Amino acid sequence: MNIIVCVKQVPDTNDIKIDPVKGTLIREGVPSIINPEDNNAIEAALQIKGEGKVTVLSMGPPQAEEALREAIAMGVDEAILVSDFKFAGSDTWATANVLASAVKKLDYDLIICGRQAIDGDTAQVGPQLAENLGLPQITYVQKIEVGEGVLKVQRALEDGYEIIEGKLPVLITVVKEINNPRYPTLQGIDKAYETDIIKWTADDIEADPAKIGLKGSPTHVKKSFVPPGKGQGIKLDGPTKDIAKQLIGILKEKEIIQEF
Amino acid sequence: MLYHTIRNFVEKEIIPYAQDIDHEEIFPIEQIKKLAKMGVMGMSIPKKYGGAELDNVSQTIIMEEVSRACASTSVTMGAHTSLCCYPIVNHGTNAQKERWLPKLASGEWLGAFALTEPNAGSDAVNVQTTAVRDGDDYIINGNKVFITNGGKCDFVPIVCTTDPSAKHKGLAIFGIETKNTPGFKVGKKEDKLGLRGSNTCELVFEDMRVPKENLVSGKEGEGFKISMGVFNSGRIGIGVQGVGIAQAAFDECMKYVSEREQFGRPLKKFQAIQFQMAEMATKIEAARLLCLKAAHVKDQGKNYIKHAAMAKYYGSDVSMEVTRQAIQIHGGYGYMKDYPLERFYRDAKITEIYEGTTEIQKLVIGNELFGRGF
Repeated sequence: MNIIVCVKQVPDTNDIKIDPVKGTLIREGVPSIINPEDNNAIEAALQIKGEGKVTVLSMGPPQAEEALREAIAMGVDEAILVSDFKFAGSDTWATANVLASAVKKLDYDLIICGRQAIDGDTAQVGPQLAENLGLPQITYVQKIEVGEGVLKVQRALEDGYEIIEGKLPVLITVVKEINNPRYPTLQGIDKAYETDIIKWTADDIEADPAKIGLKGSPTHVKKSFVPPGKGQGIKLDGPTKDIAKQLIGILKEKEIIQEF
Repeated sequence: MLYHTIRNFVEKEIIPYAQDIDHEEIFPIEQIKKLAKMGVMGMSIPKKYGGAELDNVSQTIIMEEVSRACASTSVTMGAHTSLCCYPIVNHGTNAQKERWLPKLASGEWLGAFALTEPNAGSDAVNVQTTAVRDGDDYIINGNKVFITNGGKCDFVPIVCTTDPSAKHKGLAIFGIETKNTPGFKVGKKEDKLGLRGSNTCELVFEDMRVPKENLVSGKEGEGFKISMGVFNSGRIGIGVQGVGIAQAAFDECMKYVSEREQFGRPLKKFQAIQFQMAEMATKIEAARLLCLKAAHVKDQGKNYIKHAAMAKYYGSDVSMEVTRQAIQIHGGYGYMKDYPLERFYRDAKITEIYEGTTEIQKLVIGNELFGRGF
C-alpha cells in the first residue's frame, strides 16, 4: 500500500515557557520535534505498508527539514517539504489547501494524519484535507486492520469505540493510543543524512494564491493568553471531626449537597 | 538527531527501570535488547559486518547518556561494544570477523572480555591461564575473575599465555563461543557495592579445547599488544561513564535545591549552594570535554593514549567528587534508598578502578609525557 503521512514540526510543549509579560509562547531555545501524534501516524504507516512505500509530507519553514529527516531515520521511504514564504500566516484551512495541492501530485491508497498538533490543538487539518480531496475520512483511529481494498478501524469515542470499514482511498487521523512509535535506528540516522529531501514551492504544487498564506486564511489568531489560575482553593486545618463538619457546611453552602 | 534520539530513548526505556535494576539486582536484558534494536550494540562494528560503524565521538555521547540513566546498563553495553568487539574488529582475521562480528552487531550474542585473574590485575602481564598446543587445537586451563557479563555472555575473547617465560610476548587471545565449548564454566557471581544490575562473574577453564582458528589474529604473542589496545580504547568510555553518573547526580541536585526550603527560602538562594553547584557543573563539563577530545583525537587516527588516560582519570575523579557532594546537598534524604543519590555514589567508585586503576592511568600519562623507561 502506498501511504502518505502528513507531519508537522512543532515546539516541544513539554518544555514550554510562557512569556510572563506578553502571555505568549517563548519559542527561542525551545527544541523542535515531530508532533507526537504524527509519530504515531508514521509508525502506523510503517506497520501496514507491506510492499508499498511511505511518503511523509510537511508544510513548514526550511527548518522543518530536520523533522523529515527524523521520519526517514524511522524508516519512511520518501520525504517532501512544501515550503514557501507565500505560505506564511496560514491558518488550518489554508494549510489544508496547500497540502491538498501537494497530495494531488502523488499516488496513494491511504493518507494518515495525527489527530492534532500540540501547538495549535485544533485537529482541523486532517478533516479539511479529506474534504478538499473529496476523500472519506475516519478520525480518532486507535486500531487498524487491513483488508482487500478496505481499512477496518476502531474509532475511539468518549466512552467506548465504534468499528468502521472504509473503502480505499481514505484519510484517517490517529490517536496516540494506537501504537508505540519506533525509535530511529543508528543505520536509519545515517540514511537520513544521505537521503535528499524533496522540496516543493507554491509554484511546484500549483497552489491557488488566493487560498494560501494570510490571504487564504479565513481565521486569524486574535490573542493567546494563559488562563488565570484556579487558585489554591480553600485549605481546612484541624482535627478530622472538625474539618469534616466544616467541609459539609461549605458543600451545603455551595449547594453541592442538600439535606433530605 | 543522534543525541535527541538517544536522550528520548533513555528517558522512556532505561531511567524508569534503573532503580529496580540496582535494588533488585535485575540484569538489564530488556534494555540491552532495545539498544540492540536501535543498532547500538553494533555501534563499534563496521557496516560490512552489520554494525553501525559510528565514530568515537558519537559512541562517547551514547555511552554518557546511557550511563546517566543507569550505570549497570551502560557497563553491560560497554563491555560488549568496547571491550569485546575491539580485538575482533582491529585484530581479527577476515574469517574470524565474518564468524563473530555479525552476531555481536545484531545483539544476538552478548559479548565480554576476560583478562583479569586473581594474580593479574594491574600486573596484567602476570596472566596464568595457559594455552597449550595440541594438534589443531589449544587446551586452555585457568580462571578469570571479575568479568563483566561473564555469566551471561555468548562470546568472550580471553587472554592466555602460550609461553610463560616470554612474559608479555607470550600472551595470546582466544575467542570463545561460550555455548558450545566444553570446559568453559561460569563460577561465582560477585555481590558488588555498585553496578548491582551488572553481571560480574568468575570464569573457569578446565581442559577447555579450542580450535586454532579461534586464536585472534592467527598469531601467538599478540595478546599484550591487543589487550593494551582494548584498554586504551575502552578508557574513554569509562571516563564518560563517570561523567554520566555525575551528570545524573547533578540533575537531581538542580531539582532539589529549587524545591527544598530551609530558613525561609529555597536552597538555591544560598551562595554556599550556588558555589557548590557552579563547581560541580564546571568539573562535569571539563571532564566531558576531555572525553570528547580523546574520542576526537582517536577519530582523527592520531595517538590518543594520553588523552584517553586523562579522560578516565579525570572523569572518574569528578564522578566521585560530584556524587559525594550531591548526597551532601540532599542531606538526610541523600542517604536514603528512596532517592537515587546513594546509587550514583555507589556506582561511581568502580570507575576509579576497573579498566585500569587511576594509578595506572597516571603511569600511562607519565609514559606519554616522558617516554618509556623514565
